[in-house]
Amino acid sequence: MSVLNGVSYGLLLFMLSAGLTLIFSMMGVLNFAHASFYMLGAYFAYQVSEWTNYWVAFVVAPILVAVMGGLFERYVLRKTHKSGHVAELLVTFGLSFVILELVQLIWGRSAVDYKVPAALDGSLFKLFNSSFPEYRAFMMLVAVGMLVSLFLMLKKTRIGLVIQAALTHPETTEALGHNVPRVFAMVFAGGCALAGLAGVIGGNAFITEPGMAQAVGAIIFVVVVVGGMGSLAGALIASVLIGLMQTFAVGLDWSFLGGLSALGIDVTPDTFGYPVWKLKLSQIGPILPYLLLVVMLVVRPKGIMGTRDD
Amino acid sequence: MTNPTTSSLRPLHFKPLNGVRIVVWSLFALVLIILPLAAHSSFALTLLCLTGIAAIACMSYNMLLGQAGMLSFGHAVYTGLGTFVAIHTMNKIVGGWPLPMWLVPMVGGFAGLGFGALLGFVTTRKAGTPFSMITLGVGELVFAAALMFPEFFGGEAGINSNRTGGTGWLHDLGLTFGPQIQVYYLIAIYLFICTAAMYAFTMTPLGRIANAVRDNAERAEFIGYDTRWVRYLIVMASSFFAGIAGGLTALNVEAATADLLHGVRSGGYLLFTFLGGVGFFFGPIIGSVLLIFSLVVLSEYTKAWQLYVGIVFLIMVVYAPGGFSALLMLNLRRIKYGEWRKMRWPYAGMVFFGLIALWGIAAIVEMAYQIQVAAGSGSALTIAGIPLDASSSSSWAVAIAVMIVGGAAFEYWRRKFAKVWSDGEERIAEAIKKAEAAIV
Repeated sequence: MSVLNGVSYGLLLFMLSAGLTLIFSMMGVLNFAHASFYMLGAYFAYQVSEWTNYWVAFVVAPILVAVMGGLFERYVLRKTHKSGHVAELLVTFGLSFVILELVQLIWGRSAVDYKVPAALDGSLFKLFNSSFPEYRAFMMLVAVGMLVSLFLMLKKTRIGLVIQAALTHPETTEALGHNVPRVFAMVFAGGCALAGLAGVIGGNAFITEPGMAQAVGAIIFVVVVVGGMGSLAGALIASVLIGLMQTFAVGLDWSFLGGLSALGIDVTPDTFGYPVWKLKLSQIGPILPYLLLVVMLVVRPKGIMGTRDD
Repeated sequence: MTNPTTSSLRPLHFKPLNGVRIVVWSLFALVLIILPLAAHSSFALTLLCLTGIAAIACMSYNMLLGQAGMLSFGHAVYTGLGTFVAIHTMNKIVGGWPLPMWLVPMVGGFAGLGFGALLGFVTTRKAGTPFSMITLGVGELVFAAALMFPEFFGGEAGINSNRTGGTGWLHDLGLTFGPQIQVYYLIAIYLFICTAAMYAFTMTPLGRIANAVRDNAERAEFIGYDTRWVRYLIVMASSFFAGIAGGLTALNVEAATADLLHGVRSGGYLLFTFLGGVGFFFGPIIGSVLLIFSLVVLSEYTKAWQLYVGIVFLIMVVYAPGGFSALLMLNLRRIKYGEWRKMRWPYAGMVFFGLIALWGIAAIVEMAYQIQVAAGSGSALTIAGIPLDASSSSSWAVAIAVMIVGGAAFEYWRRKFAKVWSDGEERIAEAIKKAEAAIV
């Protein structure tokens, strides 16, 4: 059961980090506001589903997010391109700030009531007395479907071919008559659409509130670094790994204390470092991804599937 | 400082104590001494104390961003941990440790150095964008870990202390740190020394090599420098000064909560250091003034201050990536070449209509906030003395009309300004060329 929950959470993370990785490997820009587009997706979906229904929102919200992303790339990000990568990173950082404030301005500071649609609000099957919600299955379905279509688009279509060419040889691609800046804008918009879609299906599975971008933002950065900068396959492995790790940790109350006493070592509150030994695994769950990041950097700095060492 | 002019024909002599520097640094010291005398209220004094501490923090941040090109999202980790170690040291002093209170910031500094050595070892394994992402992750790690160890970090409530509990002959002479003015002068002394030390650091071989690593890491490697080691040393030096700022915070507010370590604070250092300007040594000082102004003064006036700061930041990154210090220096250059007179009217037009457009934007934002956040307190509000009603459509219409008209007029003057500016740039370039030709 935890495995399934972990995998579905991991797939959601991958939907986010896939867009981030695509944008990064193509434009060299780390989109700091990526998680903010995820949040926008959730809020748009909430608003649209209030007006109409969930299925309209499911289609409309990612498109809205993509349009916003494309406009941002065209009118703001492109202007900073000449100032270098630091300026590009900073401008997306500033954007995340502004989006957060605008979201609070429009929808308020507390969580909004973005619900799972009634058609999917049941339990799919039961296993060991705990039920697996239908919506989780739907999330996994959407994520996998998106992955497959992304893969097919990149590998099998003409558009994908142009994108891949612009990725590695921008000048040559331009010389062949393709509008590379427009391809960049499309990739940026596409990445944002992926984030928006993740927001649509993640916002009601978890919670839709102004803090959701910050909560997930740091995690997807960890995913991208652990997976190896710019590697989609690495990001997939790292996402599922972190998803599983976090889901499992919540359910377990192991601690060093228990482990040591099982080995016959007696630890009392007077022992040196007692606060560390008594921590339960469920308590350190939130920091596990970051610990993984640190361990990864020490052991294998280029990440799981990374190719560069610097 | 970063502007090699035609003097390359004369042999250069290294004279660290030249006339200009003595004047500038004496003036700096004088300003630090006089400022509290001009501050009439205790609130103003509090602001000065906060600004002094923020100045050290922002300058230490600029060692990373400006000097070595390392964009860190986790600087608050070092200032915050410095505060926590300092606050525990203060409690030990109250408990009887024979350490004078004024050395507490140094303890914070060494704590910062220690954590810089520990965490920097991990973060500096990568450069550029991955470095930024890792600092963000490590920042989250430290913040989350802080909540897990209430024994050291005090959990939600934080840890309190008392700065008046020191001992030693200075304490007996009256340096008890009871009055805020004593704390101010301690901060001023630390600020002066730290500023001088950080400025001197930019002149050292390590400081110069950091510039090289920032500008072209590959070439720095080729001439035989280990860029990772350079980054590591810079992170340690930077976190030392950050720790001093943290230690001063401990003395200043006599309390520490886990919020000090939060990513929002790190983001604040980044944002305001950049706004001040990373290209000049004094830029972060401007940034720290803006930081405290926004955090303490602006937030009193409007709940939407973070939105304004964010928008200003976005505009600055796109149109003035050098920050306010670069804007200042560019205008000084204009004055030097006698170009400023031509720009007076475009400037006046831009400022005038910019303020009008700003009024319209502020009215819209404030009315939206009034409805969304402060609905309980009615819908009436005033922006710059003009009464508005967030529930009436005429107020909204006025605000939107003012924004559009003001924005259009501003854009008209901005285009004029851009024209005058680029013409002036050409004339200055010609003047410099002529001057160079005259020397040869």
